[in-house]
Amino acid sequence: MSDNSSLRTPSQRIAWTATIVISTLVFIFLIAPILAIMPLSFSSGSYLTYPLPGLSLRWYDDFINSPRWMNSLKNSMIIGTASTALSMVLGTLAALGLAQWKSRFKPLVLAFVLSPVVVPGVITAVGLYFFFAPIGLTGSYLGLILAHTALATPFVVITVGATLQSFDTNLARAAASLGASPLEAFRRVILPLILPGLASGALFAFATSFDEVVIVLFMAGPEQRTLPREMFSGIRENISPTITAAAVILTTVSVILLATLEGLRRRNERLKGGSA
Amino acid sequence: MTDALLTGADASTEVPLKRRLRRAERTRQVKALALVLPLLVFLLFTFAGPIAGMLWRAVDDREVRQVLPQTIAALASWDGKDLPDEKAYAALANDIIAARAAGTIAVAAKRLNYALNGFRTILTSTARNLKAAPEPGTARETLGKINPAWRERTTWTTIKDASGPVTGFYLLSALDLTRSADGAIIAAPPDQAIYREIFVRTFLISLSVTVLCLILGFPVAYLLATLPPGRSNLLMIFVLLPFWTSLLVRTCAWIVLLQSKGVVNDSLHWLGIIDEPLRLIYNRFGVCVAMTHVLLPFMILPLYSTMKAISPAYMRAAASLGAPPLTAFLRIYLPQTLPGVGAGSLLVFILALGYYITPALVGGAADQMISYFIALYTTETANWGLASALGAVLLLATLLLALVYGKLVQGQQVTGGLKN
Repeated sequence: MSDNSSLRTPSQRIAWTATIVISTLVFIFLIAPILAIMPLSFSSGSYLTYPLPGLSLRWYDDFINSPRWMNSLKNSMIIGTASTALSMVLGTLAALGLAQWKSRFKPLVLAFVLSPVVVPGVITAVGLYFFFAPIGLTGSYLGLILAHTALATPFVVITVGATLQSFDTNLARAAASLGASPLEAFRRVILPLILPGLASGALFAFATSFDEVVIVLFMAGPEQRTLPREMFSGIRENISPTITAAAVILTTVSVILLATLEGLRRRNERLKGGSA
Repeated sequence: MTDALLTGADASTEVPLKRRLRRAERTRQVKALALVLPLLVFLLFTFAGPIAGMLWRAVDDREVRQVLPQTIAALASWDGKDLPDEKAYAALANDIIAARAAGTIAVAAKRLNYALNGFRTILTSTARNLKAAPEPGTARETLGKINPAWRERTTWTTIKDASGPVTGFYLLSALDLTRSADGAIIAAPPDQAIYREIFVRTFLISLSVTVLCLILGFPVAYLLATLPPGRSNLLMIFVLLPFWTSLLVRTCAWIVLLQSKGVVNDSLHWLGIIDEPLRLIYNRFGVCVAMTHVLLPFMILPLYSTMKAISPAYMRAAASLGAPPLTAFLRIYLPQTLPGVGAGSLLVFILALGYYITPALVGGAADQMISYFIALYTTETANWGLASALGAVLLLATLLLALVYGKLVQGQQVTGGLKN
């Protein structure tokens, strides 16, 4: 840390060393559990302990050949994709509207739109359970898609809203003054510029649905069980290494989402840096 | 328009332009609102409506009214001091016979049993043994013979209290309160008074997790904010990867690590520190560790962005004015991090309050938080009134804290804008 010019006294150096040591321990605390679970999925034995008796892909084989697990993966994909699409439409429209709307009620409306993030999952789930059961939406894909859309849309509104805030509205005006219709201006000027923001919003929305389990716990029938829901039962009943294989698959999806998001962020920063 | 034309050419062009601009602006605002409207309608149906429905269930009390309508009507004029008159007994007998035919006895029995333990038996035994409507004038005697509970005043006050259409019964129960025979609010009997303890437990677990997150998160956020961007971006992966990893994966990982033959116990045994495996999971320790792991990024990220905004010039100025490093840290740096500390702590606390999955999977029976009981009463015992009342209390606490959080974050944005 020789580049840190403010470290002059020994006591400062001790404090800095302590910060590094504590932070390292916290980083280990954060990462170690996720890393520890991965090798177990490649174990040839059926106990979740180290050392591994040998390496094998039998638990992945088990996952792929189990209709229960494969069905849950399929369900997660269906519900995640559909609720992402729906929340993108609703969220992007709302973000566009909120960016232009001037009213003293705006903070109130914004708070309402964002409230699904804050309200505890169990409360939303219980409310939906009572509300959807009489109209036949429990135990259906549609019910879960609608519920997950409600949870995911706030993230779209936030992400797209943030992109619109940094968007130069003069560009839209320039397009209009050059004779572009509002739709054309949106399609050819606004959309390309806010596309990274939209993509981030979609990733957040998908991740929200893909990781959600409380609502699924209340509302899904045996046919609609998602991957996290199947893991929940698995952990409750008996933890077999198949769960660790499922965990590795889920984590791989997360890493792909995170990497894509990071790539988008970097690209955005580069673009901003280039224009400045 | 004609007025404008008469007053002169200047005014005639000025006024319509102003008006046109105003009209254009109004159209723009209406269009903007129209874009937000679909989401508002959608959330009304999939979010606000269902929650309002749940809140309604916390006070809704129509079961007994629907099953025993004549009895409720007959008890309307009863003062509750003595046993009700013959008319009420006859009405009850009629209601029970009708309800037996309709198969709705269980609905009323369940509701009345919440208020008075054993009421289910009273009602079902009466329904079973009441062959036909008693002769006029003998209803009191007949019912009293079938079940002596009908000679007790409390049996009747219980029915009257449950006559609806709305009740404070569930909300009072959720706070370990009940109504005495004369209508005063008193403490519930000890065997039913379990919810305050669960609220306190929920509060304590959330508080411990918040404090743990703050202690662990502060140095990390400080490190990330101080290091040059290249290195801090790299280290940020350690914070973001767990943040993006599924909650179920992380909970499962902690079970694998902390179980009696898990990695932690094995390592400690191998190092010779312990002989017997420690009990690290399915107890409070496991819940706090797993929840801290899940919520730590929510502490680190707001702290980091606050610390990042603190100019190093302040610390340099303090040092150049002769402040020792510790004094400079405590009096210059720390106060500037407080908005981040407040925002991060509130966020972690709010999220922790509603936790369900993690305690359900890594906690023991004595570590379940309020959400567990809401879920239990909804799906297992189907005591929806109580589930909704407990939900209402949790929702109120969450929304109040969220309001404080909103004010705090808003304030930060304002000061951030001034600093720039």
